[in-house]
Amino acid sequence: MKETKDHAALSEAFNADEPRVNWHDETLWFVRQKRDRAAQTIPDWELLRETASRIKHNVLSNLHDYLLQFEASARANGVIVHWAADAREHNQIVHAILQKHKVDRMVKSKSMLTEECHLNEYLAENGVEVIDSDLGERIVQLAKEPPSHIVLPSIHKKKEEVGMIFHEHLGTPTGMSDPQALTEAARQHLRETFLTRRAALTGVNFAVAETGEFVICTNEGNADMGAHLADVHIACMGIEKLIPERKHLGVFLRLLTRSATGQPITTYSSHFKKPREGHELHLVLVDNGRSVQLGREDFRNSLKCIRCGACMNTCPVYRRSGGHSYHTAVAGPIGSILAPNLDMKANADLPFASTLCGSCTNVCPVKIDIHDQLYKWRQVIVREGYADTKKTMGMKAMTATFASPATFKLAGKAGRWFMRHAPFAVNNRLNPWYKQRDMPAPPKESFGEWYLKNRKKKHE
Amino acid sequence: MTVGLFIPCYVDQFYPNAAIATLELLEKLGVEVAYPLKQTCCGQPMANSGFGHLAAESDELFIRNFSGFDYIVAPSGSCVLHIKDHLHSDKRPAEAKAIREKVYELTEFLTDVLKVDSLKARFPHRVGLHQSCHGQRGLKLAQMSELVAPPFSKPEQLLSMVEGLELVDLTRQDECCGFGGTFCVAEEAVSVKMGKDRVADHLQHGAAYITASDMSCLMHMEGILRRQKSNVKVLHIAEILNAQEL
Repeated sequence: MKETKDHAALSEAFNADEPRVNWHDETLWFVRQKRDRAAQTIPDWELLRETASRIKHNVLSNLHDYLLQFEASARANGVIVHWAADAREHNQIVHAILQKHKVDRMVKSKSMLTEECHLNEYLAENGVEVIDSDLGERIVQLAKEPPSHIVLPSIHKKKEEVGMIFHEHLGTPTGMSDPQALTEAARQHLRETFLTRRAALTGVNFAVAETGEFVICTNEGNADMGAHLADVHIACMGIEKLIPERKHLGVFLRLLTRSATGQPITTYSSHFKKPREGHELHLVLVDNGRSVQLGREDFRNSLKCIRCGACMNTCPVYRRSGGHSYHTAVAGPIGSILAPNLDMKANADLPFASTLCGSCTNVCPVKIDIHDQLYKWRQVIVREGYADTKKTMGMKAMTATFASPATFKLAGKAGRWFMRHAPFAVNNRLNPWYKQRDMPAPPKESFGEWYLKNRKKKHE
Repeated sequence: MTVGLFIPCYVDQFYPNAAIATLELLEKLGVEVAYPLKQTCCGQPMANSGFGHLAAESDELFIRNFSGFDYIVAPSGSCVLHIKDHLHSDKRPAEAKAIREKVYELTEFLTDVLKVDSLKARFPHRVGLHQSCHGQRGLKLAQMSELVAPPFSKPEQLLSMVEGLELVDLTRQDECCGFGGTFCVAEEAVSVKMGKDRVADHLQHGAAYITASDMSCLMHMEGILRRQKSNVKVLHIAEILNAQEL
């Protein structure tokens, strides 16, 4: 794992350009408001969330059985099913399928799982070219950046910047920033890709244990275009994507896009069940730490996630720090409870990148207790020894002060005296509070001192 | 009815007026209030920083200070939420449980226990109400904009009883101010940006005062207002509910 800066440092860099932060914040807040309006159109919205949460609870409680049922149903449909224990195995399986068909160019629709597994890099190292066909993903791919949001991968890019990227890579005229013209340029470029690729990889939004089928939700139809024009369709899914029966799809399809973008439903909800004559349909079921998370009682609920991104849009920290500050495939509040499971040391900062305001938990369509899990991860991370030494020492000193009422009173009095008589002791660059904020004006007496003087009788 | 007054450590040290107003307000409403002198901090700063295992001594001290009361009331949703969710004791589990059940944030104590329906308070100013997250979403002092559910707000209900007070609307009704305990220094850049945006919402709507049921959010916003040399002031909601300004 390469050394990366932590969330605080990365978001400080992001905040160097304040107008940009404002734009990022307002864009995502606009999406959150669209979500609110869409949710308000469903009178039983809260009941729908509860229902979805319970269905997923059932899935997670019986995952083993549902997976076997799904595998059997899918195989009976003629799907070739693979199991991958981790990211490496997933990448190897995909590569082996491509090698078998002598394919060195593949089209891919959006899949956060393949981002998590770093599939594109792996295939590039093995001489396979991958083109992402989701417009937002294609933009960040051309910019050589990871997605900054799971639903809106290039939400951090302004249309002018997209124009520059397209000019450089797709040969569009300079200075183009009209979204319609840019989309048309991408459409032409992708059309050529769809027509010439013999293998297509897609993600999976929902896999139905009962029938062995799976559903992919896109707004651009790019998953369909790739999968229908290629000879080989490889679908990759995390093992938690299961739902028991087809009838449950109604619950999740109603929740997913309303939560994600405020749309009533995705433009394309594509159902795949069996390969067409003469074609191959592969399904790769990936664990990659999920069964470990399933075993962590406090964090199990995080596997209910349907990847709508609502928690990111609502998160006041995410909106002002940008997705890249989370340095993981899945950013934001949900990413911050998934990432420590994958690598606790590398992601020890993420559960702290939150004010625990609780908005994420209450916007979540499957009712994941996100902010409570962030709190719990903090305890685990400190207990496992991933807190820095300075912080640990500070906390121990604080604990000792608070444990003794006499010490607390003395420290408070001394502190206030210093702030009044030697303000430079706190009003300096070493104090992160003071950098952009003033310190509170220290009063002459504490409440405790006032109380003794003014309500003294009660204590005699 | 006896009430133990729980004053958060930083309110004790930096904002005694908020604590005095809380005490006077409760006394005015006929409540017998006592302030246990040996209280320090509820332990939330440690717990929220991941050092919950160090909170044992804070918890024991809290139990010693507050076990004898019918109710425990504090002018801070955040500290109350910490006690409600996390106070525990291996030695005295029953007492810990009892405390978790009888600890109240000031405004919910006024609306839910005392069932206050009128106040002799006057504050003829334009006031912006900041809904502090831990109180709002944690203690359910007010409905949150994420849920599809009827609106209510306990702090707003009380402010509406104050003569002359004009509550301003906000563009973002319940956005976090970015204080977040140790977050405010550990994530200084984002914390300040959130605070600036929160303050700006109040300023744009012409608030002369910003109030909240949590002094910590106000301390953060006050720091930003002062740095901006703004005339807008922060006041804890207890100070407004107790105000006699003519």
